[in-house]
Amino acid sequence: MFAAFLQRAIMQGIPLLYGSTGEIITEKSGNLNLGIPGIMYVGGISGVIGAFFYEHFSPAMNPFLAVLIPFLCSLVGSLLMGLIYSFLTVTLRANQNVTGLALTTFGVGIGNFFGGSLTRLVQSEVPSVSLPKTSAFFKTSLPFAKNLGVIGDIFFSHGFMVYLAILIALVAAYILKRTRVGLHLRAVGESPATADADGINVSRYKYLATCIGSMIAGLGGLYYVVDYVGVWSNDGFGDRGWLAIALVIFAVWRPNSAVLGSLLFGGLYIVHNYITGFGVAAQELFKMTPYVVTILVLIITSIREKRESQPPQSLGLSYFREER
Amino acid sequence: MKMREPLFHIAKRRRMDFWKAWLIRIVAVLFALVVSGLVSYLLTKTNPIEIYQTMWKGSFKNARYIWNLAQGIAILLCVSLAVTPAFKMRFWNIGAEGQALIGGLVAATCMLKLEGAMPSWLLILVMLCGSMLAGAIWGLVPAVFKAKWGTNETLFTLMMNYIAIQIVSYFTYIWAVPAGSGKIGIINQKSQIGWLPALFGQKYLINILVVLAVTVIIFVYLKYSKHGYELSVVGESENTARYIGINVKKVIIRTMILSGALCGLAGFLLVAGTDHTIDSNTVAGRGFTAIMVSWLAKFNPFSMILTSLLIVFLQRGAGQVATDMGLNESFSDIITGIIIFFIIGCEFFINYQIKRTGRREESK
Repeated sequence: MFAAFLQRAIMQGIPLLYGSTGEIITEKSGNLNLGIPGIMYVGGISGVIGAFFYEHFSPAMNPFLAVLIPFLCSLVGSLLMGLIYSFLTVTLRANQNVTGLALTTFGVGIGNFFGGSLTRLVQSEVPSVSLPKTSAFFKTSLPFAKNLGVIGDIFFSHGFMVYLAILIALVAAYILKRTRVGLHLRAVGESPATADADGINVSRYKYLATCIGSMIAGLGGLYYVVDYVGVWSNDGFGDRGWLAIALVIFAVWRPNSAVLGSLLFGGLYIVHNYITGFGVAAQELFKMTPYVVTILVLIITSIREKRESQPPQSLGLSYFREER
Repeated sequence: MKMREPLFHIAKRRRMDFWKAWLIRIVAVLFALVVSGLVSYLLTKTNPIEIYQTMWKGSFKNARYIWNLAQGIAILLCVSLAVTPAFKMRFWNIGAEGQALIGGLVAATCMLKLEGAMPSWLLILVMLCGSMLAGAIWGLVPAVFKAKWGTNETLFTLMMNYIAIQIVSYFTYIWAVPAGSGKIGIINQKSQIGWLPALFGQKYLINILVVLAVTVIIFVYLKYSKHGYELSVVGESENTARYIGINVKKVIIRTMILSGALCGLAGFLLVAGTDHTIDSNTVAGRGFTAIMVSWLAKFNPFSMILTSLLIVFLQRGAGQVATDMGLNESFSDIITGIIIFFIIGCEFFINYQIKRTGRREESK
């Protein structure tokens, strides 16, 4: 049972990992994007729309295209969301919190609207859109996974998007910490005025970080729909987007810590299913744990005042050169 | 070497005439309506004029609709008023959802457990105090940590929402009627104990009057009281506040108690005056919408009546479009999003101006 738990914890953690890697990159540029939950919905539904039409209009599905089309659609959808956010906050210097929350309303609305429309289109009896073929392609795992017993079940039985999430997180950690681009990005987030004086194009970094971050976060929505459940149902993604933002704090803005953190959060998210004997009501209380853990981390990091574990200095503030 | 100079550059405006600023905002709303009309047209292939007519119908079809509209505005306005003092202090309280919900939970608990123990008017009073206290505590916790250790309040209050949601869903299972259904159902349906009474035959009138009173109080509090002055100084610059001898920690904690208590009041109005039941979706995202309402109104309580009217009107209108034209309910979220994007964006043209580079001398 523990192996099954671990396997599911990984699968639950992956959408959070995508979301938090994207948000870490965004926040490192000083943009607190509270639109991540909405972006993840859009990433999910865009992929579903792509997959839906490919599945319905092409009789013989090419496995390569079946994966590529939803993947690209998802990226484009979340890129557009990232552009809306960057345009409003960077170019028009709008308030980031308000923009982010509006983006979440908008994104969740888009997801549920088109999800509902597709559901009506297929006239199915359950309120959901299922994509059996596409999700089968996404779930394709390594052929030898079945022969490796428990280890294979836990670590090698997943679709490629699980490994992609970990890879993206590790690459992001490397870029942020070890490369010049990463240094510049961090400078923009800590003190845009200093970065500007040094000749770094602040707006370009903010735009790029936010858009790339959104695209990565959107993949989390895609993974959840086409791989983890294989069905789009309205509001099915739930509040995972907020949990991804919580994970950013838990990982103290380090994508590599987010990998392990996502496993923990994924586990905490489903642990109530495994604690039996307290009744349905108590399960609702157990669902609280990821949020409580996040608050504890938030408190502890702020009390310890370690320089490395603080949020980027200018997080949440728009930059205007003439206001230095 | 010749530097490439951009054609335009952006400069901060000194100040803009009041009417000009509002003109820009109205133009932005009109633009937004055109875009939403276009989006609706693309999705429904219906004449945009007809869509606007349907939206209008969603709010003003008959007297009952108008009362419902006023009620919706009242509750949203109450939450918006609650978050405003905190925002003016630059304390990003995005936990209004949780603060209102926990207030509502206390009200519902009192209705369930104290039925028959006291007369209805006393119970309502107990519920009111309990709700406001619970909301205040929910706001107090992040404030204390913010004041003492500078813990990030945006994320802290956000997490507190989910704790409140889970506590409420715990109790909806515990008190479910019938057991196991996961729903509490209408509380005290027969006796109506703990329900806010109807005034002049209008069941929502008390809610509306209470919120109107709160609007005036908050306006006076922010504009004319010493507290209001102190919190706006803290919002502008903590260092200045410290320099002129304001106890910043005290102001943060005091303001968040007020903010939380008002959210609790909104929860009380929702449970005692509107739904007479509670579930984890009772506040229905108003805690987040309120932030936009308050910000769009530039923290002015009376402008907030207008901005919450706009948001509630849109949501009801889009809901009506959805039912009449066979669209999904979430249509209203898309329209709300578009309108807010436009209004947020237009603030740029109020605060900044775009100048042609190289013409600076002439423009002076």
